Amino acid sequence: MSLAAVPKIRRMPDLGQVSLVDEVGVIERVARFQTRSIKNESKTEALKMILSMIDLTTLEGQDTPGKVRQLCQKAIHLHDAMPGLPHVAAVCVYPTMVSVAKKALGENKINVASVATAFPSGMAPRQIKLEETRIAVEDGADEIDMVISRGAFLQGEYSFVFDEIAAIKEACGKAHLKVILETGELGTLDRVRRASVLAMHAGADFIKTSTGKIQPAATLPVTLVMLQAIRDFYYETGRMVGMKPAGGISSAKVAVHYLVMLRETLGNAWMTPVWYRFGASSLANDVLMQLRKQATGVYQSLEYFSKD
Amino acid sequence: MAGSGTRVPVIKTYKIYIDGKFPRTESGRSIALEDSDNAVIANVCRGSRKDFRNAVVAARKAFDPWSDTSAYLRGQILYRIAEMLEGRREQFVAELTLQGVSRRMAKKEVDASIDRLIYYAGWSDKYQQIFSAVNPVSSSHFNFSVLEPTGVVSILAPNESSLLGLVSNVAPVIVGGNTCVVLASEKSPLCAVSFAEVLHASDVPGGVVNILTGYREELTGQFASHMDVNAIVYCDGGSDVAKSVQEKAAENIKRVISRVDEDWSVDAAQSPYLIKQTQETKTTWHPIGS
Amino acid sequence: MSTEPTKLAFNDGWQYAPARESTDHFSIAAQHELFINGEFIAPESGRYFETINPATEEIISSVALASAADVDRAVKAARKAYKGAWSKMSGADRGKYIFRIARILQERAREFATIESMDGGKPIRESRDIDIPLAAAHFFYNAGWADKLEYAFPGRRPKSLGVAGQVIPWNFPLLMAAWKIAPALACGNTVVLKPAETTPLTALKLAEVILEAGLPPGVVNIVTGAGETGAAIVNHPDVDKVAFTGSTEVGRIIQRSLAGTGKKYTLELGGKAANIIFADAAIDQAVEGIVNGIFFNQGHVCCAGSRLFVQESVADEVIRKLKDRMETLIVGDPLDKNTDIGAINSAAQLETIQSYLKIGQEEGAEMYQSSCRLPDRGYWCRPTIFTGASQSNRIVQEEIFGPVLAIQTFRTLEEGLTKANNTPYGLSGGVWTDKGSKIFKMTRKIRAGVIWANTFNKFDPTSPFGGYKESGVGREGGLHGLDAYLKLEV
Repeated sequence: MSLAAVPKIRRMPDLGQVSLVDEVGVIERVARFQTRSIKNESKTEALKMILSMIDLTTLEGQDTPGKVRQLCQKAIHLHDAMPGLPHVAAVCVYPTMVSVAKKALGENKINVASVATAFPSGMAPRQIKLEETRIAVEDGADEIDMVISRGAFLQGEYSFVFDEIAAIKEACGKAHLKVILETGELGTLDRVRRASVLAMHAGADFIKTSTGKIQPAATLPVTLVMLQAIRDFYYETGRMVGMKPAGGISSAKVAVHYLVMLRETLGNAWMTPVWYRFGASSLANDVLMQLRKQATGVYQSLEYFSKD
Repeated sequence: MAGSGTRVPVIKTYKIYIDGKFPRTESGRSIALEDSDNAVIANVCRGSRKDFRNAVVAARKAFDPWSDTSAYLRGQILYRIAEMLEGRREQFVAELTLQGVSRRMAKKEVDASIDRLIYYAGWSDKYQQIFSAVNPVSSSHFNFSVLEPTGVVSILAPNESSLLGLVSNVAPVIVGGNTCVVLASEKSPLCAVSFAEVLHASDVPGGVVNILTGYREELTGQFASHMDVNAIVYCDGGSDVAKSVQEKAAENIKRVISRVDEDWSVDAAQSPYLIKQTQETKTTWHPIGS
Repeated sequence: MSTEPTKLAFNDGWQYAPARESTDHFSIAAQHELFINGEFIAPESGRYFETINPATEEIISSVALASAADVDRAVKAARKAYKGAWSKMSGADRGKYIFRIARILQERAREFATIESMDGGKPIRESRDIDIPLAAAHFFYNAGWADKLEYAFPGRRPKSLGVAGQVIPWNFPLLMAAWKIAPALACGNTVVLKPAETTPLTALKLAEVILEAGLPPGVVNIVTGAGETGAAIVNHPDVDKVAFTGSTEVGRIIQRSLAGTGKKYTLELGGKAANIIFADAAIDQAVEGIVNGIFFNQGHVCCAGSRLFVQESVADEVIRKLKDRMETLIVGDPLDKNTDIGAINSAAQLETIQSYLKIGQEEGAEMYQSSCRLPDRGYWCRPTIFTGASQSNRIVQEEIFGPVLAIQTFRTLEEGLTKANNTPYGLSGGVWTDKGSKIFKMTRKIRAGVIWANTFNKFDPTSPFGGYKESGVGREGGLHGLDAYLKLEV
C-alpha cells in the first residue's frame, strides 16, 4: 500500500469552518472504547498489530550510536523466543543518529524516522528547520517527524504555521511527513482539531499528538479528536492521512483501547502500520509480555524480555 | 333638558370576557338573574361550548407572550389589578350586596380579594426561588430544575364567595405565567364580569384571563375534556363531579386540582404551593467542560 | 478528488471475539413465588406464567400470577406494616434500612446485572454500568431524605400517605422498581409493587435483598402478573397512592379509573422527544448524542430522542456520520460485554416495531438500517433511521419504543421549535448548539420535563424526571420526586 498522491497546490483551510468539539462528549465516547472487552484471538491479533505499528523511539540528549544500534537490534529481534512476531514499523531517532540507524537496520523493512525542525520546541528559524530536514532525509530518513510552531499557532498566526508545514513537506521529498501538534501545549480540544485540519491541508502524511517531552502527551480524547479530523478530511478530499499517538502509551491494555478507537472511528482501512503508529519506547515489552501470557496462560516478568 | 328631575340610571350589561374583549355569548342566550324577591337584577350571558372554545383559543394564543413576560412585570400587573379593584371597592360591595351578601361581609370579601392579589403579586418573582433546585448529579453536568407554567388552565370558580373565590383561583394560576378560562359562580356571576373590567383596565394582556358566565352543568364537561387545556381547577361538587371531571381530564392527561369546600377567607387559602400546582418542573442538563 | 462519497469500512479485518459475561456465579430458581408480608408464597390460584430470555426465546423461570385476592393480601400486609412498625419508626431508622438496600444491591450488582440482561434483553454493559448502579444510587439518595423531609417543604409538615401501589414497565425493570420504592419508603409509606410480566426477575431478586436488609414484613410486597394484576392494585380501595410508569394509553385508563377516589397519583408515560441539531453544534458529539438518544436500551426508552431535527446546512454531514457510526454498533447477545444493542424485549414488541418499519416505508420515508448480522434465534431489530420523514407521518407522531429514528430537517430556530413542540407528548428533548444564548432559548421553549443540552439520556437520582402534557403527571427523583409520596400539612 502506498500513500495517495498529495495535491501539489495547497490551500489554507478556513479554520472557522472546522467542527467544534465538546470535551465532555469526547470523554464519554472514549469511555465506551475503554469498556470494550478484547479477549482470546482478538487480543492476540491486536497485540501483534500493535507491535507492527510501533515507532520504537529513543530521543534523549544522552543518545549514542551504541544505544541506537541496540535499539535497532530490538526492532529487528523483538523476542525471537516467540516465532511469528512482526517487526516494528520504524525506529525513531534524532537526525544525528539517522545514518547509524539506517546502517544498523540494514535490509530489514524497518523505516528510519527522524525528528526534525528543532525538536522538541521548534524554536528555531525556518532555514535551520528546512536544513535539518534535508540533512535527515539525505542521511536516509524514510520519515520525518516535525513539530509545529505552537507559539505561532496560539498567537493565531495560522498561515505562518501552514506555510511552515508546507515548506517542510517540500523539503521531505520522498520521505513521509508526520506533523507533531504537541497537543499538551494547545490547551483545548478545539485547538487540537483546528491544528489537525491545518496540518493535513498543508500536506501532512501523518498527524501525531506529541513529542513525549511535554505532559500530557498522547491521550485517548486527543487522539479521538484527531481521528475524527482525519475522517472529515477523508470525506472531504478522499485522501487518507495517518495517525500517530506518541508518548505515555506504555501498556498493552491502553494500546488496545487505541486500536478499538481507531477501528470504530476510521474503520479497517487504517488498521495497518501504513496508516497508524504508536510512538513509544517501553510499549513493545509490555505487548510482548501479554502475547506470551496469551500463549502460555502464565503472567510474565519483564526480566525475561530485553530492555534496550 | 326636560324631565321630572330624577335621572334615569344606565343599567349595566353583563357580558363575557374573551381575548380582552367583551362579547355577548355567541349563542345569544341569557340567564335572568333574580334577587331574593325574584326581581330581575340583570341578564347575564349563558355562555356556550363555542364561547369556551373561543376562550381557549385566546388563552392559548396569550400563553407564549404571558409566560415570557418577566416575573417582575407579572407581579406589577397583579399589583395593578389590586389597585384597580381597590378603586372600585364600592361597586363590588354593591354588586355582592345585590346578590344577597350582607354589606359587612361584602366589604370583607372585597378587601380580602384585594389583599389576595397583593399576596400573589409579591410571589411573582419568589416562588421560583423556593421551588427550583440545582441538582448535584454525579456526572460532569450542570443540572437544574425550574418551574414553568403548565399552559392553559380551566377554572370552575366556586359558587360561594363569588369574588374572593374567583380571585383566589385566578391569581395563583396567572402569576405563574399560565393563562386561564374561568367559569364564574353560577349563582352570583356579576362580580366576575366586573372583575373582568378591572382586569381589562390593569394591563393584563387580552386572553390571559377569560371569564364566562353560564350553567355549570352545561359547561363542566367541556372544561374538563378540552384537549388544548393542560390543567383544570374545580371548587364545587360532590364525588360525582370529581369523578366526572377526572375521567374527562384523563383524555389528555390534564392536571386536576381540586379545591372543593375551601374556606377562601382564611390564610390557608393562599400559598406558593397553590402556584406550584399549575407549574411543571423542567430539568435541564448541560456538560461542564471546554 | 473523487465525486463518489468515500466510505469507511467497518466490517472486515479485526473483530471482537465474544466476551460473554459468566452466569455461573448465581442461580435462578425454576419457579418464583409472590413476595407478601416478608415471605415468598404461592399464588392463591396456583397459576404461573413463564418469563423468557428474549435473546434465546428460552424459558428462564415460571413466575406466580397474582390474582385480585393475592393483591388484596399484599395490600393488607402493606397496611398492617404501615400501621405497625413502619409509620412509627423514626425517619433516621427508616433511612438506615433503605441505606442497607443500596449497599446490598451494590454488593450483588453483578448478579443483578446478569439477570437483568437475561430477562429483559438489554446489553450487559448497560445493566452493569447504568441500570444496577443507578438503582442502588436511588436507594442511597432517598435513604438520606427519610429524616430530613421537613427541609424539603418550607412552611409545611410532610406526612406519609399510607400504602403505595406501584406498577412498573419492562424497559428498566430494577431501576424503575428503585425509582418507585425508594422515595415511597423514605417518605414513610409501604409498598405493593408489580413488575412487568416480561421482566419480573430482578424485582423478585430485590425482594431477597429487602429480606436480607431486615425490613419489617409487609413494608415492601412484590406481586407478579400482567395487566389484570396491575388493575387490581390500582383499583384496590385501600391503596392511598398510585404510581405508574408505562404507556400513555394505559396511563389514561388509570387516571380515569382513579377518578373520584381521592387517591394521589403520579404517571410517567410515553414520549416522542425531539433531538435538535443546529449547524453550530459540535457535530461529532451530537452524532453520539443521536446514537445514545435512540439506540440506548434498544430504543425502549420513554424519553428516547426518537425525532431528530437537523438544521439543513449540516443534514448531509450528520446523516453520513450517523450511518458510519451505526455500522460500528454491535447488535446481539445481551450478555456479551461488547454488545451495544441487545434483544427486543418481547415478540409482541418486535411485532409493533416491525409494523412501524412497514408504515414508515409506506409513508414514503427512506429507511436505512445498519448491515449488522443478527442472531438466528431471539427478537432483534437492526438500528434503523428514516430520512425524509414529515410531521404528518405516523413514525414521527407515534411512540415506537424501538431503535427507530425519524429524521427531519429544519431551517430556522423557530421552525425547529415549532416542530419539536408539535406533539401531544412532552417528556424530554435535546438541543445541540455551541451558542449559549440559543441553548437557553431552546431549553426554555421546548415543552418537556427534561431537556438535555449538548448531551442526551442522562439520569441521576438527584435529578427530577417526568413529563409535560400527555407524558405524565408529577415528577420522580430528586427533591421534586418526594411530594408524590407525601401529604403536606400546614
